[in-house]
Amino acid sequence: MFDLDRWREILQTINKNKLRTLLAGFTVTLGILIFTILFGMGNGLKNTFYEAFQDDAQNTIFVYSGLARKPFKGFKENRRIEFENADLEFLKEKFAGRIEHITARIYKGVTAKYKSEYGNYSLRAVHPSHQYLEKTDIDKGRYVNENDIKTDARVAVIGRLVEKDLFGKEDAIGKYFSMNKIIYRVVGVFSDKGSGDSEERSIYTPVSTTQLIHKNTEIIDQINLMYDISIGANGASKLSKEIEVELKKRHNIAPSDRSGIYVENKVEDLNDTLQVANVLQIIVLWIGIGTLLAGVIGISNIMVYIVKERTKELGIRKALGAKPSSVIGMILQETIVVTLVFGYIGLLIGNFILNSMGDKLKDWFITNPSVSQETIIAATVILILSGLIAGYIPARRAARVKPIVALRDE
Amino acid sequence: MIQIKELQKSYRMGSNELHVLKGINLDIKEGEFVSIMGSSGSGKSTLLNIIGMLDEADKGSYVLDDVPIKNLSEKKAAIYRNKFLGFIFQSFNLINYKNAAENVALPLYYQGISRKIRKEKSLYYLEKVGLEDRAHHLPSELSGGQKQRVAIARALASEPKVLLADEPTGALDTKTSYEVMDFLQGINDEGKTILVVTHEPDIANMTKRIVMLKDGVIEKDTFVEQVRASEHV
Repeated sequence: MFDLDRWREILQTINKNKLRTLLAGFTVTLGILIFTILFGMGNGLKNTFYEAFQDDAQNTIFVYSGLARKPFKGFKENRRIEFENADLEFLKEKFAGRIEHITARIYKGVTAKYKSEYGNYSLRAVHPSHQYLEKTDIDKGRYVNENDIKTDARVAVIGRLVEKDLFGKEDAIGKYFSMNKIIYRVVGVFSDKGSGDSEERSIYTPVSTTQLIHKNTEIIDQINLMYDISIGANGASKLSKEIEVELKKRHNIAPSDRSGIYVENKVEDLNDTLQVANVLQIIVLWIGIGTLLAGVIGISNIMVYIVKERTKELGIRKALGAKPSSVIGMILQETIVVTLVFGYIGLLIGNFILNSMGDKLKDWFITNPSVSQETIIAATVILILSGLIAGYIPARRAARVKPIVALRDE
Repeated sequence: MIQIKELQKSYRMGSNELHVLKGINLDIKEGEFVSIMGSSGSGKSTLLNIIGMLDEADKGSYVLDDVPIKNLSEKKAAIYRNKFLGFIFQSFNLINYKNAAENVALPLYYQGISRKIRKEKSLYYLEKVGLEDRAHHLPSELSGGQKQRVAIARALASEPKVLLADEPTGALDTKTSYEVMDFLQGINDEGKTILVVTHEPDIANMTKRIVMLKDGVIEKDTFVEQVRASEHV
């Protein structure tokens, strides 16, 4: 392998047989090029998919309340169930080991006003943990924090589009604006890439502030929590069952009552998501295998042709004292060099095309098409191996051909 | 140098067996210049191929320079060929993408000789056949006679014990043929053992011994008065 003379011999052979080398090389380049592009497109499809479905954290459980239909323990039917802060604290304590983040949510519609600009937005009163559940990105300033909750601070974190609507080109941070005629100070501006415009047109305030302003109640509309992902899908199902049972007990709802408390476990959605993703993965994989196979067949054909063409030359070499191993080694080494160089060229072209495509194909559900380093390396290795196998069989046959047969004049 | 006893060889052609060599006995000493003659099908090329280790005999013994040549592996045969024998072919068999010097150096490459010495030696032997000024020409840029001279230089480069030539003048005109024979005679004069297969009587007469093959056996084996090729050039 590291025999300098052997390398010289091979480079000369390649150099002096340009057409043959180009033919073989072209096959390899094309194979890798098509592989890279198709595989990249497949990945692009997957990217689109993830972008659409994986906006919010997936290991979440949403708890809502509703009407308890059945009478129970002396309580009558069709009774409205409402959560209070104590319910949240209860869950936090009861399932401390499994819950990573927990937040309340209170929904309000508000009219926000700054100077002469005003508009209607949805307000969500939350705990600081909410940021992790919604995967909110803070562009400027900060999110709601614990201190806000303690002090019932009149602060708001507004969406990117709210800032644009109300403040125009002004920087909203630190400015005061009103919501339903109560003055708040903007402490942060957020964006949420996955959720789109409606999410970016909402406003977050501390849960305690909103409760205080609205008749000083303890009521919350919804409890969202994020569990430790290591408990797995089964653990999550179990957790949501337990939450349901405990809350029903607290609110005197019949265990058999299907309404009253709703526990929505995102893990079921997650499973669906993963299933679709897996199907996509399999499609992409088959595309890859298919194109690689086409490349392998191409190389094999070329190798058989090359060795056939060289039979006489190999016969001469053998008559002059070349050992069979030297003949085989020479052909294989040449194959590797050609495959590697031309494969790399195909890769560069393919990557260039993918990069220049970027997000231009977003209308066809292809986002940021690309191929990972590992895939590329694996594809190259497969190509080299197949080139070797494809070259080895005819090379061995060529090495076995008696020089006399090879040298026979036609 | 070469001792051959009761050598037999047959080829299978479909269901028929073709008995090509039917018991050859031949003893060639160092420094001899032998031509093997015979009509086509007489087995002369087969004999040369067996001597050249390009083919194997079915029966009989063959000793080359005191080494019995029998049941050789491919690898061993390659080593022996490289060490003992130099080949000259009717169709020259130069590698078309290598220039003259590189073609001459090729057997040396397979001997594992360093690049520098290969270069020196190939130029030395090209000079010997009078082609030092063509060292960097490709075979396609050489005439038939020049190609054969390159092939002779290549055969000599590995400093073999025996030079085997299979119809070395078969593809050349008379004048060039005699030039080539002149070279071979010169090499033989320096003591090299040479075996030539030919069907041309005038070429055979330029050697020192003529072995006539007919139907797989030696019909006649005579030492002759050598005709110097230089007289005809």
